[in-house]
Amino acid sequence: MTEKKLKRKTKNVRVIPGFGLSLGITLTVLSFVVIIPLATLVIFTAGMSFNDVIMTVTKPRVLASFRVSFLTAFIASAINTVMGIILAWVLVRYDFPLKRFMDGMIELPFALPTAVAGISLTALTSDNGLVGSFFAKFGIRLAYTRVGITIALIFIGIPFVVRTVQPVLEKLDPSYEEAAGVMGADRFTIFRRVIFPEIWPAAITGFGLAMGRCIGEYGSVVFIAGNQPFETEITPLIIMSKLQEYDYASATAIALVMLIFSFLILFLVSYFQARNTKMIQGGR
Amino acid sequence: MAEKQSNGLVKYFLIAISVIFLFLFLVLPLYVVVTEAFKKGAEQYWQAVSDEYTVKAILLTLEATVFAVVINTVFGVFAAWAVTKFRFEGKKVLTTLIDLPVTVSPIIAGLIYVLTFGRQSILYPLLEKYDIKIVFAVPGIVLATIFVTFPFVSRELIPVLESQGTDEEEAAALMGANGSTIFRRVTFPHIKWALLYGVVLCASRAMGEFGAVSVLSGHLRGKTNTLPLHVEILFNEFQYMPAFAVSSILVVMAILLLIIRSIIEHKGKKETEIR
Amino acid sequence: MKKRILSLFLSAVFAAGALTGCGSEATSTETAVQDNTQAQTEESKDVTLTNVSYDPTRELYAAYNEVFKKHWQEKTGGSVEITQSHGGSGKQALEVANGLEADVVTLALEYDVNAVKNAGLIEDGWVNEFDKNSSPYTSTIVFLVRKGNPKDIHDWDDLIKDGVGVITPNPKTSGGACWNYLAAWAFAQKKLGYDEEQTKEFVKNIYKNVLVLDSGARGATTTFVENGQGDVLIAWENEAFLSIKDYPDDYEIVVPSLSILAQPSVAVVDKVVDKRGTREAATEYLSYLYSDEAQKIAGDNFYRPSNPDILKEYADVFDLNVDLVSIDDFGGWDAAHEKHFDDGGIFDQIYEN
Repeated sequence: MTEKKLKRKTKNVRVIPGFGLSLGITLTVLSFVVIIPLATLVIFTAGMSFNDVIMTVTKPRVLASFRVSFLTAFIASAINTVMGIILAWVLVRYDFPLKRFMDGMIELPFALPTAVAGISLTALTSDNGLVGSFFAKFGIRLAYTRVGITIALIFIGIPFVVRTVQPVLEKLDPSYEEAAGVMGADRFTIFRRVIFPEIWPAAITGFGLAMGRCIGEYGSVVFIAGNQPFETEITPLIIMSKLQEYDYASATAIALVMLIFSFLILFLVSYFQARNTKMIQGGR
Repeated sequence: MAEKQSNGLVKYFLIAISVIFLFLFLVLPLYVVVTEAFKKGAEQYWQAVSDEYTVKAILLTLEATVFAVVINTVFGVFAAWAVTKFRFEGKKVLTTLIDLPVTVSPIIAGLIYVLTFGRQSILYPLLEKYDIKIVFAVPGIVLATIFVTFPFVSRELIPVLESQGTDEEEAAALMGANGSTIFRRVTFPHIKWALLYGVVLCASRAMGEFGAVSVLSGHLRGKTNTLPLHVEILFNEFQYMPAFAVSSILVVMAILLLIIRSIIEHKGKKETEIR
Repeated sequence: MKKRILSLFLSAVFAAGALTGCGSEATSTETAVQDNTQAQTEESKDVTLTNVSYDPTRELYAAYNEVFKKHWQEKTGGSVEITQSHGGSGKQALEVANGLEADVVTLALEYDVNAVKNAGLIEDGWVNEFDKNSSPYTSTIVFLVRKGNPKDIHDWDDLIKDGVGVITPNPKTSGGACWNYLAAWAFAQKKLGYDEEQTKEFVKNIYKNVLVLDSGARGATTTFVENGQGDVLIAWENEAFLSIKDYPDDYEIVVPSLSILAQPSVAVVDKVVDKRGTREAATEYLSYLYSDEAQKIAGDNFYRPSNPDILKEYADVFDLNVDLVSIDDFGGWDAAHEKHFDDGGIFDQIYEN
């Protein structure tokens, strides 16, 4: 942004004061906490030639780890999105005993250190664990498989969708639904036509955040994953092992690819969101 | 009549699914933590919890959490204000950058600070000259904690402010109110609950952060060990019971936080009803 | 009014731009504010040392630090405070290389200490600074099996049998696991007449039986002991003894016919002690590890004392007849690492295709 352009823009319409101050603070903090450190990552990777970067990130083992990380993160986030919408709905619309208790528990996965979560979940789902022993009867292994990784990621991602959808549902005026009901729409149609369009941007945001978080998750997954190359080895573990080999270049290269994916996911999310807001506003 | 009955069915079906889901994915892991923590009785539990290093870890965790919450709240309010009340180019990139830290792998989050402030960095000679320690010291832990919880406050505020629009603020501004008055009188009442949610989210995540802090801390016992790192160390010492006991402190802290939130919320909502 | 805000905003933008552009000088001023509180905790008249070590030495150094404090008090009249740091050996070395201020490092492998040296923090020739290649205690690799040895495991070739579940950490992330891998390699080499291809096949078959490849030695022990995975854990001797001590009725130790002499290395971090003025204390800290008293602590913690006389006192604990190869048989750490554990090395090849 050039100075001239900025000035013109500022002169335009801004009635509300505080633009400079708020954006200034935003950008300053953002630079210190996010941009400068991330720029360092890019600089370190820039030390490698482009071919080397491609070589590093397309090694079969690295590619396999991407597949594991993305697949499990996607499934876990999808499950969390469905469950998150249901949970938010139940917490906002229904009254029942233990509701407050349930509501209060949603943030616990954040507070519990991921390593503890990983160890507890492994204890539960291994062949001799409380849950794992039940499945073991049918020859299904949970811990040390991709299913185990997904379970850990579901745990990690629970709060995201619930907490993004909940405020929207709280604000949603039930009179619309009632009106639709009076006009003879069945409940499924009401949900699809009236409620869903309102909550889906929030749900998508939650999904994106959960997905991004799950792709990068390390602490809980290493305990439950089994860490077999090509099978249950996640990308953050590969980064960790590159670091142990003092191979900064490869570690940062892989890290950069993950970062780009995270950025893309979030950008897509905000794109969908923006389109959706426009649609709603246009309809008005 | 039939309609109502099926309505009830759906209701109980959904509640049942939610309860089962939460039971499997939240209650059971917590149950493991609590039973393991008290496996050897309350006395042993108390011993593990009141251990010198545990207490130091609690203090450090609180310090990092307070820093993270304060800085992220200040940042979050300003960022949300900037993003929702004004139009400018590059807004989408800005919001994406704000969100980015959540999705960055904690390992990478730690790594970038090591690269920026560690011995490999171009900044290092300068830091050494003034004897400033960032990585493998408390400032690094605080920075990492801020990083991983960076968007939580702004994320909660932005949707609320967006849906509220700018009309009220514009009106107030035209009537000659200055920025802080507008914020205090017009905007704040709209966002206070969202702000509360954001702060709680931020604080609980800050307490539990493990990966990034682990890369940056150096694991100096009694100096740079936060609670989650202390738990890891206990695990690695084969001290399972104390490890779970220390984890349970985090659970208790999280629950306390949520209780405080409920109280504030309850009081606040009552007040608005009276008005 | 408006102008002021605008200029403030612009300066912030430019500051941010300048910072991202050229790597930022201003960062130090911001962090300096946060940092003031930190510096003052250090530097009183008594000595403080930081010992950066690896995972399984916690109990050893917890006991040794008490003894050394007393020794230092008697010798100099001053007090010494020791801060311990434990973690995966490679990770610990990396952190020291990146600026973690350690006066001494006591790591699992010579290779990891060399990494610190290569970062310019330790002077050449550190290996000869203390006795026995700077290894005050040694260990070896043994098998931990479930009580009664239901799968009948006695030696390395039992590990490639069908239906035997092996637990060992990943050599890429765990220094200790390198010893496991090399011991298996040495056994196979000897048995198969030093045929490289067959040796590789043998080791590959062992890793085919690996159920869980944990990232660290302690994680692997947890997987085996707490979560009941697998039939045999390839472990450090001292770790195996610790597990037996905790669960005497559940496990037993099997010593294979051939194993490897694991030599953990200790070194003074020259750059740091010179800066902090702690060289004397740091050197004394490491050399006192060779005293009879300290050697006995090592033995009590199931490390093999490097003093042969003291080792004999523990003859009933350790199996002293096991055939031990050493890292020199692999041509030293650098050669071994390059051949086996580097990117594309034999360990990687085992897992490709």
